[in-house]
Amino acid sequence: MHVPDGFINAPVSVAAGAVAVGAVAVSLRGARRELDERTAPLAGLVAAFIFAVQMLNFPVAAGTSGHLLGGALAAILVGPYTAVLCVSVVLLMQGLLFADGGLTALGVNITVMACVTTVVAYAIFRGLAKVLPRGRRSVTAAAFTAALVSVPAAAAAFTLLYAVGGTTDVPLGKVATAMIGVHVLIGIGEAAITALTVGAVIAVRPDLVHGARGLTAPLKLRVGGELVDAPATPAPAPAPAAAGSHRKLWAAGLVTSLILAGFVSFYASTNPDGLEKVAHDKGFDKGEKEHDAADSPLADYGVKDISNTRLSGGLAGVIGVGVTVVAGSAVFWAVRRRRDGDGTESGPASTATDDVTAATATSATSTTSATSATSVTKPAENA
Amino acid sequence: MGAGHAHRLYRHGHSPVHALPPHTKLTAVFCFVVVVVSTPREAVWAFAAYALLLASVAYAARVPPLFWLKRLLIEVPFVAFALLLPFVAEGERTEVLGMSLSVHGLWGAWNVLAKGTLGVAASVLLAATTELRELLLGLQRLKLPPLLVQIASFMIRYGDVVADEMRRMRIARESRGFEARGVRHWGVLAKSAGALFIRSYERGERVHLAMVSRGYAGSMPVIDEVAATRAQWTYALTLPLTALAVCLLGWTLS
Repeated sequence: MHVPDGFINAPVSVAAGAVAVGAVAVSLRGARRELDERTAPLAGLVAAFIFAVQMLNFPVAAGTSGHLLGGALAAILVGPYTAVLCVSVVLLMQGLLFADGGLTALGVNITVMACVTTVVAYAIFRGLAKVLPRGRRSVTAAAFTAALVSVPAAAAAFTLLYAVGGTTDVPLGKVATAMIGVHVLIGIGEAAITALTVGAVIAVRPDLVHGARGLTAPLKLRVGGELVDAPATPAPAPAPAAAGSHRKLWAAGLVTSLILAGFVSFYASTNPDGLEKVAHDKGFDKGEKEHDAADSPLADYGVKDISNTRLSGGLAGVIGVGVTVVAGSAVFWAVRRRRDGDGTESGPASTATDDVTAATATSATSTTSATSATSVTKPAENA
Repeated sequence: MGAGHAHRLYRHGHSPVHALPPHTKLTAVFCFVVVVVSTPREAVWAFAAYALLLASVAYAARVPPLFWLKRLLIEVPFVAFALLLPFVAEGERTEVLGMSLSVHGLWGAWNVLAKGTLGVAASVLLAATTELRELLLGLQRLKLPPLLVQIASFMIRYGDVVADEMRRMRIARESRGFEARGVRHWGVLAKSAGALFIRSYERGERVHLAMVSRGYAGSMPVIDEVAATRAQWTYALTLPLTALAVCLLGWTLS
């Protein structure tokens, strides 16, 4: 089904190339939403999977066999954007490494096989999933229909391109009949394999199927032979706080520190620092040099020229907190601006935290499931 | 990626073509194919000239002709399609060997065959003289989005791994006496495909965690920047420029 060079004339190839570039650009953004910073390795592995599964032969009859095209399968398993990316990368590599599909026809190939197939398949799948009752069988049925329609749709798209920029004047009717006719047959095979594969994945890891999100039933506990809803799991990693709450937190922190610094500091020990006290007691602070800022207006936590010790200490605390808050906010703001300036890349720190929280969440769930393995039953999806 | 990752089409060598920076080769091949596709099909001699050009490149790259011709077999499926064209196309008819064939169809078949074959030949030469890693570096150098290049590199790195996994599954099936003979056995094969997907996806997650633990923050470090001198660019672009001259001649003469 790969279109070779010279099949579609140059202007239409260029136009299809532009469409393909646009589609890939949109998918690059969308895939980040589907997979965040895991995009590169996961999409790469899924592309490798599609590449491999295209080599899996499905015998039809009498020695003939077909193979999966994979567009619909990828759209349902990993989401439409990632699917477009994966299939495009597979096509690019096939064109460059295996001379499968012409280089000038790459735009046509990507438009027809990556975009049309996945978009049509995903639209139909989503529509059906909305209409049909929730359940495993509905997902399988929707996958079947989506794949069934997506392949002739791709053939129709190719026929359209051919009508505009074909280099041979084969009558359009014949092309359409032949292309769509053959691809309806191919589509049936594709649909069966896609539905079976999706079903096989759902049976084992329903959480991995993008199209079946929200299908997992809530966890039930068997208490005395009766099924009851499991108590709400400890809240997963807290959602990133919105800007408003940041401001609230900031204001609350500021007020608290001011109170502490201005009023409570008065009651603090006169020997606040243990090391200072020990040093003084043992007398080994004799050689200690006075700090360079010793004659600064705020030296030794008091304001110069104010004799009342209470007032002096409190004022120094307030001023100190103010300066610290301003400096800290400035640093924070500068760092955030720089990170935003880096574009979409997320900093390593946030990644690490995300992973840690994810890891803790996973381990927490695994422990709960381990401890209550005997009493927890996860009812099969309401099929 | 060491020697184990060289793809099947690559042929190790030290010719001047091998030594060219990958992005110049990619540009040259792409421009060449564009020129070939925009040549009028009536200029039959022009295609002969293109073939000669490619043959001279193959000679410079020390790719043996037999190796090269064997790789061209990949286009056999669409040759069959091209051969069908004279029978289905419409327009005036002509008698060839007692068969009524469409003149347009014959031209169409010639067009697809000639341009398709030249395109495949050029791609095969590119693949035979460029290592995988170089190819990816070249794509990156040509301003392909870095994320796309990363996806492609992961696909290539793990393509063999995933394919091997599939092969092991097949051996496991066969060692248990299973043989897929018809539609009835699709369920088993589809379950294998599903298991393969889960394994690939989980491997992707593991790879990501491994990368994160080594400091990955969304972009790969570029270690070896490929750069091309003016002489290398000139050398690489000789092919498409000569082809362009031939193409212009073809347009003016026909």
